[in-house]
Amino acid sequence: MPDATVANATIRPDEAAHFAALAKDWWNPKGSSAMLHRLNPVRLAFLREAIDRHWDGNSTSLKPLAGKSALDVGCGAGLLCEPLARLGADVTGVDAAPENVEAAALHCEGAGLDIRYMAGELASLGLGQFDLVTSMEVIEHVADKAAFIGSLASHLAPGGLMVLSTPNRTPQSRLLLIGVAEAVGMVPRGTHHWDDFVTPEDLRELLAGTGLTMSEPRGIAFSPLKGLHLSTDLSLNYIVTATRA
Amino acid sequence: MADKRDLLILGGGLVGMTLALAAARKGISSHVIDRADPAELTAEGFDGRASAISTASWNLFSNIGLDSALEPFGCPIASIAVTDGMKPGRIDFQPEAHEGSLGLMFTNRSLRLALFEAAKDEPLISWHARAEVIKRERLEFEVAATLASGERLEAKLMVAAEGRNSPTREDAGISVAKWDYRHRAIIVGLTHEKPHGNVAWEIFYPAGPFALLPLLDAPDGKHRSALVWTVNEKDAAGVLALSDRAFLAEVDKRMHGVFGAIALDGPRSSYPLGFHHTAKITEHRLALVGDAAHGIHPIAGQGLNLGLRDVGALVEVLVEGMRLGLDPADAQSLTRYERWRGLDSFMVAFATDGLTRLFGIPGRLPSAIRRFGMGVVQRTPVLKHWFMDEARGMSGTLPELMRG
Repeated sequence: MPDATVANATIRPDEAAHFAALAKDWWNPKGSSAMLHRLNPVRLAFLREAIDRHWDGNSTSLKPLAGKSALDVGCGAGLLCEPLARLGADVTGVDAAPENVEAAALHCEGAGLDIRYMAGELASLGLGQFDLVTSMEVIEHVADKAAFIGSLASHLAPGGLMVLSTPNRTPQSRLLLIGVAEAVGMVPRGTHHWDDFVTPEDLRELLAGTGLTMSEPRGIAFSPLKGLHLSTDLSLNYIVTATRA
Repeated sequence: MADKRDLLILGGGLVGMTLALAAARKGISSHVIDRADPAELTAEGFDGRASAISTASWNLFSNIGLDSALEPFGCPIASIAVTDGMKPGRIDFQPEAHEGSLGLMFTNRSLRLALFEAAKDEPLISWHARAEVIKRERLEFEVAATLASGERLEAKLMVAAEGRNSPTREDAGISVAKWDYRHRAIIVGLTHEKPHGNVAWEIFYPAGPFALLPLLDAPDGKHRSALVWTVNEKDAAGVLALSDRAFLAEVDKRMHGVFGAIALDGPRSSYPLGFHHTAKITEHRLALVGDAAHGIHPIAGQGLNLGLRDVGALVEVLVEGMRLGLDPADAQSLTRYERWRGLDSFMVAFATDGLTRLFGIPGRLPSAIRRFGMGVVQRTPVLKHWFMDEARGMSGTLPELMRG
């Protein structure tokens, strides 16, 4: 029963369906993914800094990922894949929902970028290893978190860099990300389940279980003046790098 | 196969050219389309057009590597003398020794030559001269301009740098607030007997300002200044029709002999003065720069400086977005550019417009009030410094490219 192993995998069918409904709206900066569009430059700034530090690169280069391969897991409609491709990487994007992947492929063709998109469960796709593995705002939607992190780790090439971001499990995130953000429509209803959120300590342990060392987490905080920004305040959302020791 | 680039710059004047060069220095590619023939624009002979380059603008030229090519052509402005029709009570803006000059005066021709020379060997700039744009497109993923030759040029972001009557701005349906001063600036080069001592004169007459801007001595050793004389539109035709001798006599009368005997250096030209401003300087995949975004009165010589600040700010937001992998026309980057430039250009436009109106009121009482006000500025270091910082372009948040 080979299918059984796939069925036991990490995607929750109801979660995948939820994002498929959003697919068409993904690329509208004022649509239901407005939060992600605003989050994007913030997490990209962290990513850029991590890339320059990890590969000792030139911080003014416009193609710091030239010659490198990148895998984005839970790519949605390609909000992260497209910047990675512009930075020079050879990018593969994977998403559980085929509709997302279709929307992503369509958009990337229009933008004149060359990105490989694949739908399905990462572990079953038989992809190789990558210099850069990213999965942003994904692990909180995954059922078997240890299996998911294990699968990400197995796709990381020796000497590679992994970057993950996710909401923290704190009273603040429950109030703001679920209570307020969904109530005022900043985040679509049903996007998050607070019990599924992972604390930085949880994540550090999960990564250590696969032989990866997690960096000091940076917070992604919100203030009315600065909007979303990188901060030492981890209570809402945080972003980390992980490397093989 | 189309040569698709990052920027499609419509208009290759001083602002468009500087933008292309500054972008190229950061690794950003561009098409630059201009109607004019470069050979004509840089032809021998002085056309009287000159620009004040503020300290901030000079920093921009230095940071893109033009300083050594431009340095020999710049005439430092050591002080600015502002008077109300040469009556007593003038203000002298003279910086302390450690504060450096108030800017440099260049003939536009020398600026253009240096920019052409630098752009010539830059592979990231694709220059299309003598080209007429017959169609502009701003699509979901790209922008394009079709030339009269049938060639179609593609890029990611369209930048309108065509000057005050920007057809691209009109095309985009961006409306501007504008009013006409019903005045005309008459521009001509002058040679004069006495050296100008690196002083720029702003002599305010009720009909409009009369500005003398110091230039380097001509190759034959003659002392030179550029004259910008503002006259009422209804008098302009008459002034332009005057014989050289009669015209010189009129100019001489307004100079009160500060430079001794004067002579004309080149032909007279003129253009109508207006003020226009738009808070909206971006649209989907479009940014306005220079006079396409804001036209101000040339009273304080700030027009080009404002345009160069647009260049500095736009290049900075583009680089910041592109080094994160964002599309050059990313909506959030363009919003940042608009917010950054909007207030600054409005403040400068508003201040110069206010000056023009203030000095445009005829009569003895307004003149006394103006001279009293000028006396206050003259004796109040804080105010004087504010005006000098404005003239240098050093106020507000400066783009990284414009810092020393």
